[in-house]
Amino acid sequence: MEIFNSISKIIFQGYMGFRRQGSFNIASIFILSLVIFLFTFLFVFYGMAQSLSLNLQERIDISVYFDSDSSEKQVLEAKSELSKFAEVKSVEYVSAEEALNKFTEKYQNNSIIMSSLEEIGGNPLLASLNIQAFEAGQYASISNFLISGSFEDIIYKINYSEKKPVIERFFSLISGVNKAGIIFGIVLILVAISIAFNQIRLAIRNSRKEIKIMRLVGATNFMIRGPFFVQGVLIGIFAVLLTLLIFVPVSYFLSPRLEMALSGFEIFGHFADNFFFIFSSQIAIGVGISTFSSLIAVHKYLKI
Amino acid sequence: MIKFENITKIYELRSGQNPVVALQDVSFEVKEKEFVSIVGKSGVGKTTLFKLLLVQERPTQGKIFFMNQDVHQIRAKDLFNLRRRIGVVFQNYELFNKKTSYENIAYPMETIGANKDQIKRDVNEILQLVGLTDRAFNFPEELSEGEKQRVAIARALIHRPDVIVADEPTGNLDPANTYGIIKLLYKINEFGTTVILSTHDKGVVNNLEKRVITFEDGKIIRDEERGKFIL
Ligand SMILES: Nc1ncnc2c1ncn2[C@@H]1O[C@H](COP(=O)(O)OP(=O)(O)OP(=O)(O)O)[C@@H](O)[C@H]1O
Ligand SMILES: [Mg+2]
Repeated sequence: MEIFNSISKIIFQGYMGFRRQGSFNIASIFILSLVIFLFTFLFVFYGMAQSLSLNLQERIDISVYFDSDSSEKQVLEAKSELSKFAEVKSVEYVSAEEALNKFTEKYQNNSIIMSSLEEIGGNPLLASLNIQAFEAGQYASISNFLISGSFEDIIYKINYSEKKPVIERFFSLISGVNKAGIIFGIVLILVAISIAFNQIRLAIRNSRKEIKIMRLVGATNFMIRGPFFVQGVLIGIFAVLLTLLIFVPVSYFLSPRLEMALSGFEIFGHFADNFFFIFSSQIAIGVGISTFSSLIAVHKYLKI
Repeated sequence: MIKFENITKIYELRSGQNPVVALQDVSFEVKEKEFVSIVGKSGVGKTTLFKLLLVQERPTQGKIFFMNQDVHQIRAKDLFNLRRRIGVVFQNYELFNKKTSYENIAYPMETIGANKDQIKRDVNEILQLVGLTDRAFNFPEELSEGEKQRVAIARALIHRPDVIVADEPTGNLDPANTYGIIKLLYKINEFGTTVILSTHDKGVVNNLEKRVITFEDGKIIRDEERGKFIL
Protein backbone atom coordinates (compact mmCIF):
# COMPACT_ATOMS: atom_id res chain seq x y z
CA MET A 1 0.00 0.00 0.00
CA GLU A 2 2.79 2.35 1.04
CA ILE A 3 4.85 1.56 -2.03
CA PHE A 4 1.81 1.73 -4.30
CA ASN A 5 1.03 5.12 -2.82
CA SER A 6 4.47 6.52 -3.52
CA ILE A 7 4.63 4.98 -7.02
CA SER A 8 1.34 6.56 -7.98
CA LYS A 9 2.67 9.87 -6.65
CA ILE A 10 5.85 9.48 -8.70
CA ILE A 11 3.83 8.76 -11.83
CA PHE A 12 1.65 11.78 -11.20
CA GLN A 13 4.67 14.01 -10.55
CA GLY A 14 6.29 12.72 -13.71
CA TYR A 15 3.17 13.52 -15.68
CA MET A 16 2.95 17.03 -14.20
CA GLY A 17 6.66 17.57 -14.81
CA PHE A 18 6.18 16.46 -18.40
CA ARG A 19 3.33 18.90 -18.92
CA ARG A 20 5.25 21.79 -17.42
CA GLN A 21 8.55 21.22 -19.25
CA GLY A 22 6.92 22.71 -22.35
CA SER A 23 9.17 23.44 -25.28
CA PHE A 24 12.01 21.29 -23.97
CA ASN A 25 9.81 18.23 -24.28
CA ILE A 26 8.62 19.18 -27.73
CA ALA A 27 12.22 19.41 -28.89
CA SER A 28 13.11 16.10 -27.25
CA ILE A 29 10.10 14.40 -28.83
CA PHE A 30 10.93 15.71 -32.29
CA ILE A 31 14.55 14.68 -32.15
CA LEU A 32 13.72 11.30 -30.73
CA SER A 33 11.11 10.67 -33.37
CA LEU A 34 13.77 11.44 -35.95
CA VAL A 35 15.78 8.55 -34.53
CA ILE A 36 12.75 6.28 -34.60
CA PHE A 37 11.85 7.40 -38.09
CA LEU A 38 15.36 6.62 -39.33
CA PHE A 39 15.19 3.21 -37.76
CA THR A 40 11.81 2.50 -39.34
CA PHE A 41 13.01 3.72 -42.70
CA LEU A 42 16.11 1.58 -42.46
CA PHE A 43 14.01 -1.46 -41.62
CA VAL A 44 11.77 -0.91 -44.62
CA PHE A 45 14.77 -0.13 -46.84
CA TYR A 46 16.40 -3.39 -45.83
CA GLY A 47 13.21 -5.30 -46.60
CA MET A 48 12.99 -3.53 -49.93
CA ALA A 49 16.58 -4.35 -50.85
CA GLN A 50 16.02 -7.98 -49.87
CA SER A 51 12.92 -8.21 -51.98
CA LEU A 52 14.52 -6.51 -54.96
CA SER A 53 17.53 -8.73 -54.88
CA LEU A 54 15.40 -11.88 -54.53
CA ASN A 55 13.20 -10.73 -57.31
CA LEU A 56 16.05 -10.03 -59.68
CA GLN A 57 17.88 -13.17 -58.72
CA GLU A 58 14.89 -15.18 -59.75
CA ARG A 59 15.29 -13.82 -63.24
CA ILE A 60 18.88 -14.92 -63.45
CA ASP A 61 19.84 -18.42 -64.43
CA ILE A 62 22.53 -20.13 -66.41
CA SER A 63 22.00 -22.59 -69.16
CA VAL A 64 24.24 -25.52 -69.96
CA TYR A 65 23.98 -26.82 -73.52
CA PHE A 66 25.01 -30.37 -74.23
CA ASP A 67 26.63 -31.74 -77.38
CA SER A 68 24.14 -33.07 -79.90
CA ASP A 69 25.67 -36.56 -79.60
CA SER A 70 25.14 -36.75 -75.85
CA SER A 71 22.38 -39.07 -74.68
CA GLU A 72 19.41 -38.01 -72.63
CA LYS A 73 20.60 -40.39 -69.91
CA GLN A 74 23.89 -38.52 -69.59
CA VAL A 75 22.13 -35.20 -69.35
CA LEU A 76 19.74 -36.45 -66.70
CA GLU A 77 22.70 -37.81 -64.78
CA ALA A 78 24.25 -34.37 -64.86
CA LYS A 79 20.93 -32.98 -63.67
CA SER A 80 20.78 -35.28 -60.67
CA GLU A 81 24.40 -34.51 -59.81
CA LEU A 82 23.62 -30.80 -59.90
CA SER A 83 20.52 -31.22 -57.73
CA LYS A 84 22.73 -32.52 -54.94
CA PHE A 85 24.52 -29.19 -54.85
CA ALA A 86 23.50 -27.14 -51.82
CA GLU A 87 23.74 -23.93 -53.82
CA VAL A 88 21.41 -25.10 -56.55
CA LYS A 89 17.83 -24.06 -56.13
CA SER A 90 16.40 -25.72 -59.21
CA VAL A 91 17.49 -27.51 -62.37
CA GLU A 92 15.20 -27.73 -65.32
CA TYR A 93 15.82 -30.14 -68.17
CA VAL A 94 14.90 -28.94 -71.63
CA SER A 95 15.30 -31.62 -74.30
CA ALA A 96 16.21 -30.71 -77.87
CA GLU A 97 12.64 -31.48 -78.99
CA GLU A 98 11.15 -29.26 -76.32
CA ALA A 99 13.53 -26.51 -77.27
CA LEU A 100 12.46 -26.83 -80.87
CA ASN A 101 8.78 -26.80 -79.97
CA LYS A 102 9.23 -23.67 -77.93
CA PHE A 103 11.23 -22.12 -80.71
CA THR A 104 8.71 -22.81 -83.42
CA GLU A 105 5.89 -21.70 -81.21
CA LYS A 106 7.65 -18.46 -80.59
CA TYR A 107 8.54 -17.77 -84.19
CA GLN A 108 5.65 -19.39 -86.07
CA ASN A 109 4.59 -16.06 -87.48
CA ASN A 110 8.07 -15.14 -88.59
CA SER A 111 8.33 -16.58 -92.09
CA ILE A 112 12.06 -15.85 -92.56
CA ILE A 113 13.07 -17.72 -89.45
CA MET A 114 10.68 -20.55 -90.12
CA SER A 115 11.88 -20.99 -93.67
CA SER A 116 15.56 -20.99 -92.71
CA LEU A 117 14.76 -23.57 -90.04
CA GLU A 118 13.23 -25.76 -92.71
CA GLU A 119 16.27 -25.24 -94.92
CA ILE A 120 18.59 -26.55 -92.22
CA GLY A 121 16.43 -29.62 -91.74
CA GLY A 122 16.28 -31.72 -88.57
CA ASN A 123 16.70 -30.14 -85.14
CA PRO A 124 19.54 -27.67 -84.85
CA LEU A 125 18.80 -26.99 -81.18
CA LEU A 126 20.58 -28.63 -78.26
CA ALA A 127 19.36 -30.18 -75.05
CA SER A 128 20.05 -27.98 -72.05
CA LEU A 129 19.77 -27.62 -68.30
CA ASN A 130 18.55 -24.34 -66.86
CA ILE A 131 20.07 -23.86 -63.44
CA GLN A 132 18.99 -21.42 -60.74
CA ALA A 133 21.09 -20.77 -57.69
CA PHE A 134 19.87 -19.32 -54.43
CA GLU A 135 22.15 -16.32 -54.68
CA ALA A 136 23.79 -14.51 -57.53
CA GLY A 137 27.22 -15.10 -56.03
CA GLN A 138 26.86 -18.88 -56.31
CA TYR A 139 26.83 -19.14 -60.08
CA ALA A 140 30.57 -19.00 -60.35
CA SER A 141 31.09 -22.14 -58.29
CA ILE A 142 28.31 -24.01 -60.10
CA SER A 143 29.89 -23.17 -63.39
CA ASN A 144 33.29 -24.26 -62.11
CA PHE A 145 31.86 -27.58 -61.02
CA LEU A 146 30.50 -28.22 -64.49
CA ILE A 147 33.69 -27.34 -66.29
CA SER A 148 36.00 -29.31 -64.06
CA GLY A 149 33.69 -32.27 -63.44
CA SER A 150 33.14 -35.45 -65.43
CA PHE A 151 30.58 -33.79 -67.65
CA GLU A 152 33.09 -31.59 -69.36
CA ASP A 153 33.22 -33.85 -72.41
CA ILE A 154 29.54 -33.64 -73.22
CA ILE A 155 29.08 -29.95 -72.47
CA TYR A 156 28.83 -27.89 -75.60
CA LYS A 157 28.77 -24.51 -73.87
CA ILE A 158 27.78 -22.79 -70.67
CA ASN A 159 26.27 -19.43 -71.23
CA TYR A 160 27.42 -18.34 -67.80
CA SER A 161 30.44 -16.74 -69.31
CA GLU A 162 28.19 -14.59 -71.44
CA LYS A 163 26.04 -13.57 -68.52
CA LYS A 164 28.93 -13.50 -66.10
CA PRO A 165 29.67 -9.76 -66.23
CA VAL A 166 25.98 -8.98 -65.86
CA ILE A 167 25.55 -11.38 -62.97
CA GLU A 168 28.62 -10.16 -61.18
CA ARG A 169 27.91 -6.51 -61.72
CA PHE A 170 24.39 -6.98 -60.51
CA PHE A 171 25.56 -8.98 -57.52
CA SER A 172 28.10 -6.43 -56.43
CA LEU A 173 25.68 -3.57 -57.06
CA ILE A 174 22.99 -5.07 -54.89
CA SER A 175 25.24 -5.92 -52.01
CA GLY A 176 27.03 -2.59 -52.35
CA VAL A 177 23.86 -0.54 -52.27
CA ASN A 178 22.56 -2.65 -49.46
CA LYS A 179 25.70 -2.29 -47.38
CA ALA A 180 26.15 1.40 -48.09
CA GLY A 181 22.53 2.10 -47.27
CA ILE A 182 22.69 0.23 -44.03
CA ILE A 183 25.99 1.72 -42.94
CA PHE A 184 24.78 5.19 -43.85
CA GLY A 185 21.56 4.55 -41.98
CA ILE A 186 23.34 3.32 -38.89
CA VAL A 187 25.67 6.32 -38.90
CA LEU A 188 22.67 8.61 -39.22
CA ILE A 189 20.93 6.82 -36.38
CA LEU A 190 24.01 7.13 -34.18
CA VAL A 191 24.26 10.84 -34.92
CA ALA A 192 20.58 11.29 -34.17
CA ILE A 193 20.88 9.30 -30.95
CA SER A 194 23.67 11.52 -29.73
CA ILE A 195 21.64 14.61 -30.55
CA ALA A 196 18.63 13.19 -28.73
CA PHE A 197 20.82 12.26 -25.80
CA ASN A 198 22.17 15.82 -25.61
CA GLN A 199 18.75 17.39 -25.96
CA ILE A 200 17.38 15.35 -23.06
CA ARG A 201 20.43 16.17 -20.98
CA LEU A 202 19.80 19.85 -21.65
CA ALA A 203 16.18 19.49 -20.60
CA ILE A 204 17.26 17.87 -17.34
CA ARG A 205 19.92 20.51 -16.83
CA ASN A 206 17.05 22.94 -16.93
CA SER A 207 15.66 21.10 -13.91
CA ARG A 208 18.87 20.97 -11.91
CA LYS A 209 17.67 23.56 -9.43
CA GLU A 210 14.52 21.55 -8.88
CA ILE A 211 16.59 18.42 -8.26
CA LYS A 212 18.73 20.32 -5.76
CA ILE A 213 15.64 21.47 -3.86
CA MET A 214 14.16 17.98 -3.90
CA ARG A 215 17.29 16.73 -2.21
CA LEU A 216 17.33 19.62 0.28
CA VAL A 217 13.82 18.91 1.50
CA GLY A 218 14.52 15.22 2.00
CA ALA A 219 13.55 13.32 -1.14
CA THR A 220 15.33 10.02 -1.68
CA ASN A 221 17.16 9.54 -4.96
CA PHE A 222 14.48 7.04 -5.97
CA MET A 223 11.80 9.70 -5.57
CA ILE A 224 13.86 12.14 -7.63
CA ARG A 225 14.66 9.73 -10.43
CA GLY A 226 11.12 8.37 -10.55
CA PRO A 227 9.34 11.37 -12.06
CA PHE A 228 12.15 11.90 -14.58
CA PHE A 229 11.92 8.26 -15.55
CA VAL A 230 8.18 8.62 -16.06
CA GLN A 231 8.81 11.75 -18.12
CA GLY A 232 11.30 9.80 -20.20
CA VAL A 233 8.74 7.08 -20.85
CA LEU A 234 6.15 9.66 -21.90
CA ILE A 235 8.61 11.39 -24.22
CA GLY A 236 9.50 8.05 -25.78
CA ILE A 237 5.86 7.09 -26.32
CA PHE A 238 4.98 10.46 -27.81
CA ALA A 239 7.98 10.21 -30.13
CA VAL A 240 6.77 6.83 -31.37
CA LEU A 241 3.25 8.17 -31.89
CA LEU A 242 4.60 11.15 -33.80
CA THR A 243 6.69 8.88 -36.00
CA LEU A 244 3.71 6.65 -36.78
CA LEU A 245 1.55 9.66 -37.43
CA ILE A 246 3.94 10.64 -40.20
CA PHE A 247 5.10 7.27 -41.43
CA VAL A 248 1.77 5.46 -41.75
CA PRO A 249 -0.03 7.94 -44.02
CA VAL A 250 3.09 8.69 -46.07
CA SER A 251 3.87 5.04 -46.69
CA TYR A 252 0.20 4.27 -47.33
CA PHE A 253 0.15 7.01 -49.93
CA LEU A 254 3.47 6.16 -51.58
CA SER A 255 3.18 2.40 -51.47
CA PRO A 256 0.91 1.85 -54.54
CA ARG A 257 2.75 4.57 -56.45
CA LEU A 258 6.16 3.02 -55.96
CA GLU A 259 5.12 -0.59 -56.30
CA MET A 260 5.95 -0.74 -60.01
CA ALA A 261 9.33 0.89 -59.60
CA LEU A 262 10.18 -1.47 -56.75
CA SER A 263 9.14 -4.49 -58.85
CA GLY A 264 6.23 -5.43 -56.69
CA PHE A 265 7.53 -4.50 -53.26
CA GLU A 266 4.81 -2.87 -51.17
CA ILE A 267 6.21 -0.51 -48.58
CA PHE A 268 3.02 -0.29 -46.60
CA GLY A 269 2.33 -4.02 -46.81
CA HIS A 270 5.82 -4.81 -45.56
CA PHE A 271 5.34 -2.30 -42.75
CA ALA A 272 1.97 -3.77 -41.82
CA ASP A 273 3.25 -7.35 -41.95
CA ASN A 274 6.05 -6.51 -39.54
CA PHE A 275 4.08 -4.04 -37.49
CA PHE A 276 4.46 -5.88 -34.21
CA PHE A 277 8.23 -6.10 -34.54
CA ILE A 278 8.54 -2.50 -35.77
CA PHE A 279 6.27 -1.10 -33.09
CA SER A 280 7.98 -2.90 -30.24
CA SER A 281 11.40 -1.88 -31.52
CA GLN A 282 10.23 1.70 -31.83
CA ILE A 283 8.97 1.69 -28.26
CA ALA A 284 12.18 0.06 -27.08
CA ILE A 285 14.31 2.62 -28.93
CA GLY A 286 12.22 5.67 -27.99
CA VAL A 287 11.63 4.83 -24.37
CA GLY A 288 15.09 3.30 -24.00
CA ILE A 289 17.00 6.33 -25.25
CA SER A 290 14.93 8.88 -23.38
CA THR A 291 14.85 7.11 -20.03
CA PHE A 292 18.50 6.13 -20.25
CA SER A 293 19.66 9.66 -21.05
CA SER A 294 17.32 11.13 -18.41
CA LEU A 295 18.72 8.89 -15.71
CA ILE A 296 22.32 9.55 -16.73
CA ALA A 297 21.66 13.30 -16.66
CA VAL A 298 19.84 13.22 -13.33
CA HIS A 299 22.61 11.18 -11.77
CA LYS A 300 24.98 14.09 -12.17
CA TYR A 301 22.83 16.24 -9.89
CA LEU A 302 22.31 13.69 -7.14
CA LYS A 303 25.71 14.16 -5.58
CA ILE A 304 25.15 17.39 -3.66
CA MET B 1 21.06 17.85 19.70
CA ILE B 2 23.12 19.97 17.30
CA LYS B 3 26.75 20.62 17.94
CA PHE B 4 29.21 22.76 15.98
CA GLU B 5 32.77 21.86 16.90
CA ASN B 6 35.59 24.25 15.94
CA ILE B 7 34.05 25.00 12.58
CA THR B 8 36.08 27.01 10.09
CA LYS B 9 34.76 27.64 6.60
CA ILE B 10 36.91 29.25 3.94
CA TYR B 11 35.42 29.80 0.50
CA GLU B 12 38.14 29.31 -2.09
CA LEU B 13 37.47 31.65 -4.96
CA ARG B 14 38.67 31.58 -8.53
CA SER B 15 42.39 32.08 -8.86
CA GLY B 16 43.62 35.63 -8.38
CA GLN B 17 41.05 36.44 -5.70
CA ASN B 18 41.56 36.13 -1.98
CA PRO B 19 39.72 33.32 -0.27
CA VAL B 20 36.82 34.39 2.00
CA VAL B 21 36.89 33.31 5.60
CA ALA B 22 33.18 32.94 6.39
CA LEU B 23 33.45 31.21 9.78
CA GLN B 24 36.40 30.96 12.11
CA ASP B 25 36.67 28.32 14.81
CA VAL B 26 32.98 28.43 15.74
CA SER B 27 31.74 26.13 18.50
CA PHE B 28 28.31 25.97 20.09
CA GLU B 29 25.61 23.51 20.99
CA VAL B 30 21.86 23.67 20.63
CA LYS B 31 19.84 21.50 23.00
CA GLU B 32 16.57 19.80 22.24
CA LYS B 33 13.54 22.13 22.46
CA GLU B 34 15.71 25.23 22.55
CA PHE B 35 14.86 28.43 20.67
CA VAL B 36 18.05 30.12 19.47
CA SER B 37 18.39 33.36 17.53
CA ILE B 38 21.52 33.98 15.50
CA VAL B 39 22.26 37.62 14.85
CA GLY B 40 25.04 39.46 13.11
CA LYS B 41 25.69 41.87 10.28
CA SER B 42 25.22 40.91 6.69
CA GLY B 43 28.00 38.64 5.45
CA VAL B 44 28.94 37.45 8.92
CA GLY B 45 28.34 33.78 8.06
CA LYS B 46 24.81 32.97 9.25
CA THR B 47 23.66 31.33 6.04
CA THR B 48 26.97 29.50 5.79
CA LEU B 49 26.32 28.03 9.22
CA PHE B 50 23.02 26.54 8.05
CA LYS B 51 24.48 25.32 4.78
CA LEU B 52 27.13 23.42 6.72
CA LEU B 53 24.49 21.85 8.96
CA LEU B 54 22.50 20.67 5.93
CA VAL B 55 25.62 19.46 4.13
CA GLN B 56 25.13 21.90 1.28
CA GLU B 57 28.70 22.97 1.94
CA ARG B 58 31.68 21.18 3.50
CA PRO B 59 33.55 22.73 6.45
CA THR B 60 37.20 23.56 5.92
CA GLN B 61 37.81 22.37 9.45
CA GLY B 62 35.81 21.04 12.38
CA LYS B 63 32.81 18.78 12.78
CA ILE B 64 29.05 19.15 13.03
CA PHE B 65 26.94 16.65 14.93
CA PHE B 66 23.22 16.09 14.67
CA MET B 67 21.98 13.66 17.33
CA ASN B 68 25.60 12.62 17.90
CA GLN B 69 26.12 11.81 14.24
CA ASP B 70 28.83 13.57 12.29
CA VAL B 71 26.71 14.91 9.44
CA HIS B 72 29.62 15.17 7.04
CA GLN B 73 30.22 11.45 7.28
CA ILE B 74 26.78 10.69 5.85
CA ARG B 75 26.83 9.37 2.29
CA ALA B 76 25.09 11.52 -0.34
CA LYS B 77 22.36 8.97 -0.94
CA ASP B 78 21.49 8.81 2.76
CA LEU B 79 21.36 12.56 3.38
CA PHE B 80 17.58 12.57 2.98
CA ASN B 81 17.28 11.12 6.50
CA LEU B 82 19.03 14.15 8.01
CA ARG B 83 17.22 16.64 5.80
CA ARG B 84 13.78 15.24 6.61
CA ARG B 85 14.39 15.88 10.29
CA ILE B 86 15.37 19.52 9.75
CA GLY B 87 12.75 21.83 8.28
CA VAL B 88 14.49 24.72 6.57
CA VAL B 89 13.26 28.15 5.59
CA PHE B 90 15.92 29.16 3.09
CA GLN B 91 16.88 32.80 2.84
CA ASN B 92 16.25 32.63 -0.92
CA TYR B 93 13.20 30.37 -0.36
CA GLU B 94 14.36 27.60 -2.74
CA LEU B 95 10.81 27.02 -3.95
CA PHE B 96 10.00 24.71 -6.85
CA ASN B 97 9.31 27.11 -9.71
CA LYS B 98 7.18 24.62 -11.58
CA LYS B 99 5.01 23.73 -8.63
CA THR B 100 2.13 25.69 -7.15
CA SER B 101 2.16 26.90 -3.54
CA TYR B 102 0.05 23.90 -2.63
CA GLU B 103 2.42 21.46 -4.35
CA ASN B 104 5.48 23.13 -2.88
CA ILE B 105 4.11 22.74 0.61
CA ALA B 106 2.87 19.19 -0.01
CA TYR B 107 6.20 17.95 -1.35
CA PRO B 108 7.94 17.13 1.98
CA MET B 109 4.87 15.15 3.02
CA GLU B 110 4.94 13.24 -0.24
CA THR B 111 8.57 12.34 0.34
CA ILE B 112 7.66 10.71 3.64
CA GLY B 113 4.81 8.79 2.02
CA ALA B 114 1.85 10.53 3.61
CA ASN B 115 -1.48 9.70 2.03
CA LYS B 116 -3.48 12.08 -0.09
CA ASP B 117 -6.21 12.91 2.42
CA GLN B 118 -3.71 13.61 5.15
CA ILE B 119 -1.70 15.85 2.81
CA LYS B 120 -4.81 17.73 1.76
CA ARG B 121 -5.91 18.31 5.33
CA ASP B 122 -2.50 19.44 6.61
CA VAL B 123 -1.64 21.63 3.62
CA ASN B 124 -4.97 23.43 3.74
CA GLU B 125 -4.59 23.95 7.45
CA ILE B 126 -1.13 25.45 7.17
CA LEU B 127 -2.11 27.56 4.16
CA GLN B 128 -4.71 29.12 6.37
CA LEU B 129 -2.21 29.54 9.18
CA VAL B 130 0.17 31.56 6.98
CA GLY B 131 -2.73 33.36 5.27
CA LEU B 132 -2.25 31.98 1.75
CA THR B 133 -5.44 30.01 1.15
CA ASP B 134 -6.30 32.11 -1.89
CA ARG B 135 -2.79 31.72 -3.32
CA ALA B 136 -2.74 27.93 -3.12
CA PHE B 137 -2.70 27.35 -6.88
CA ASN B 138 -0.35 30.12 -7.92
CA PHE B 139 3.21 29.47 -9.01
CA PRO B 140 6.10 31.18 -7.19
CA GLU B 141 6.65 33.68 -9.99
CA GLU B 142 3.09 34.87 -9.45
CA LEU B 143 3.67 35.55 -5.75
CA SER B 144 5.06 38.57 -3.91
CA GLU B 145 8.30 38.19 -1.94
CA GLY B 146 6.41 38.03 1.33
CA GLU B 147 4.04 35.39 -0.05
CA LYS B 148 6.93 33.28 -1.29
CA GLN B 149 8.53 33.57 2.11
CA ARG B 150 5.36 32.31 3.75
CA VAL B 151 5.16 29.38 1.33
CA ALA B 152 8.75 28.56 2.29
CA ILE B 153 7.85 28.71 5.98
CA ALA B 154 4.80 26.49 5.48
CA ARG B 155 6.90 23.95 3.58
CA ALA B 156 9.48 23.83 6.37
CA LEU B 157 6.84 23.15 9.01
CA ILE B 158 4.42 20.84 7.22
CA HIS B 159 5.98 17.47 8.04
CA ARG B 160 6.63 18.35 11.71
CA PRO B 161 10.42 18.06 11.68
CA ASP B 162 12.45 17.82 14.89
CA VAL B 163 14.25 21.06 14.14
CA ILE B 164 13.24 24.20 12.32
CA VAL B 165 16.05 26.25 10.80
CA ALA B 166 14.80 29.62 9.61
CA ASP B 167 17.22 31.90 7.77
CA GLU B 168 15.75 35.42 7.86
CA PRO B 169 12.19 34.12 7.66
CA THR B 170 10.65 37.54 8.17
CA GLY B 171 12.99 39.60 6.01
CA ASN B 172 10.29 40.44 3.51
CA LEU B 173 7.27 40.54 5.76
CA ASP B 174 5.30 43.50 7.11
CA PRO B 175 5.06 43.90 10.90
CA ALA B 176 1.73 42.12 11.14
CA ASN B 177 2.93 39.09 9.18
CA THR B 178 6.25 39.12 11.03
CA TYR B 179 4.44 39.02 14.32
CA GLY B 180 2.25 36.15 13.07
CA ILE B 181 5.18 34.06 11.86
CA ILE B 182 7.28 34.59 14.98
CA LYS B 183 4.30 33.72 17.14
CA LEU B 184 3.88 30.56 15.08
CA LEU B 185 7.54 29.58 15.56
CA TYR B 186 7.24 30.35 19.26
CA LYS B 187 4.21 28.08 19.56
CA ILE B 188 5.83 25.27 17.62
CA ASN B 189 8.80 25.57 19.94
CA GLU B 190 6.52 25.33 22.98
CA PHE B 191 5.18 22.05 21.58
CA GLY B 192 8.74 20.74 21.61
CA THR B 193 10.34 21.57 18.27
CA THR B 194 13.85 22.99 18.34
CA VAL B 195 14.05 26.34 16.52
CA ILE B 196 17.12 28.09 15.15
CA LEU B 197 16.40 31.49 13.69
CA SER B 198 18.66 33.98 11.99
CA THR B 199 17.39 37.53 11.85
CA HIS B 200 18.19 41.20 11.44
CA ASP B 201 15.03 42.23 13.24
CA LYS B 202 15.81 43.86 16.55
CA GLY B 203 12.20 43.88 17.69
CA VAL B 204 11.77 40.18 17.05
CA VAL B 205 14.84 39.21 19.05
CA ASN B 206 14.17 41.51 21.98
CA ASN B 207 10.56 40.45 22.37
CA LEU B 208 11.35 36.73 22.26
CA GLU B 209 13.52 36.78 25.37
CA LYS B 210 15.29 33.61 24.25
CA ARG B 211 18.91 32.62 23.72
CA VAL B 212 20.82 34.89 21.31
CA ILE B 213 24.16 34.09 19.65
CA THR B 214 25.83 37.13 18.14
CA PHE B 215 28.40 36.80 15.35
CA GLU B 216 31.02 39.22 14.17
CA ASP B 217 33.60 38.57 11.44
CA GLY B 218 32.82 34.87 11.35
CA LYS B 219 33.24 34.45 15.11
CA ILE B 220 30.87 34.23 18.07
CA ILE B 221 31.21 37.33 20.22
CA ARG B 222 28.24 36.79 22.54
CA ASP B 223 26.08 33.84 23.53
CA GLU B 224 23.46 34.69 26.12
CA GLU B 225 20.28 33.17 27.51
CA ARG B 226 17.43 35.74 27.26
CA GLY B 227 19.77 37.78 25.11
CA LYS B 228 19.28 41.15 23.44
CA PHE B 229 19.99 42.34 19.94
CA ILE B 230 23.17 44.39 20.26
CA LEU B 231 25.31 45.12 17.21
N1 LIG C 1 29.52 30.22 -2.35
C1 LIG C 1 30.29 31.21 -1.88
N2 LIG C 1 31.48 31.46 -2.45
C2 LIG C 1 32.27 32.40 -1.98
N3 LIG C 1 31.99 33.18 -0.94
C3 LIG C 1 30.82 32.99 -0.33
C4 LIG C 1 29.91 31.99 -0.75
N4 LIG C 1 28.84 32.02 0.05
C5 LIG C 1 29.06 32.99 0.94
N5 LIG C 1 30.26 33.58 0.73
C6 LIG C 1 30.85 34.63 1.52
O1 LIG C 1 30.91 34.19 2.87
C7 LIG C 1 30.55 35.23 3.75
C8 LIG C 1 29.40 34.78 4.62
O2 LIG C 1 28.25 34.64 3.83
P1 LIG C 1 26.84 34.26 4.42
O3 LIG C 1 25.91 34.11 3.30
O4 LIG C 1 26.99 33.11 5.34
O5 LIG C 1 26.47 35.57 5.24
P2 LIG C 1 25.14 35.91 6.04
O6 LIG C 1 25.54 36.12 7.44
O7 LIG C 1 24.12 34.90 5.79
O8 LIG C 1 24.72 37.28 5.39
P3 LIG C 1 23.24 37.89 5.19
O9 LIG C 1 22.81 38.40 6.53
O10 LIG C 1 23.45 39.00 4.22
O11 LIG C 1 22.40 36.80 4.68
C9 LIG C 1 30.23 36.42 2.88
O12 LIG C 1 31.36 37.27 2.87
C10 LIG C 1 30.00 35.85 1.51
O13 LIG C 1 30.42 36.75 0.52
MG1 LIG D 1 22.35 34.89 4.92
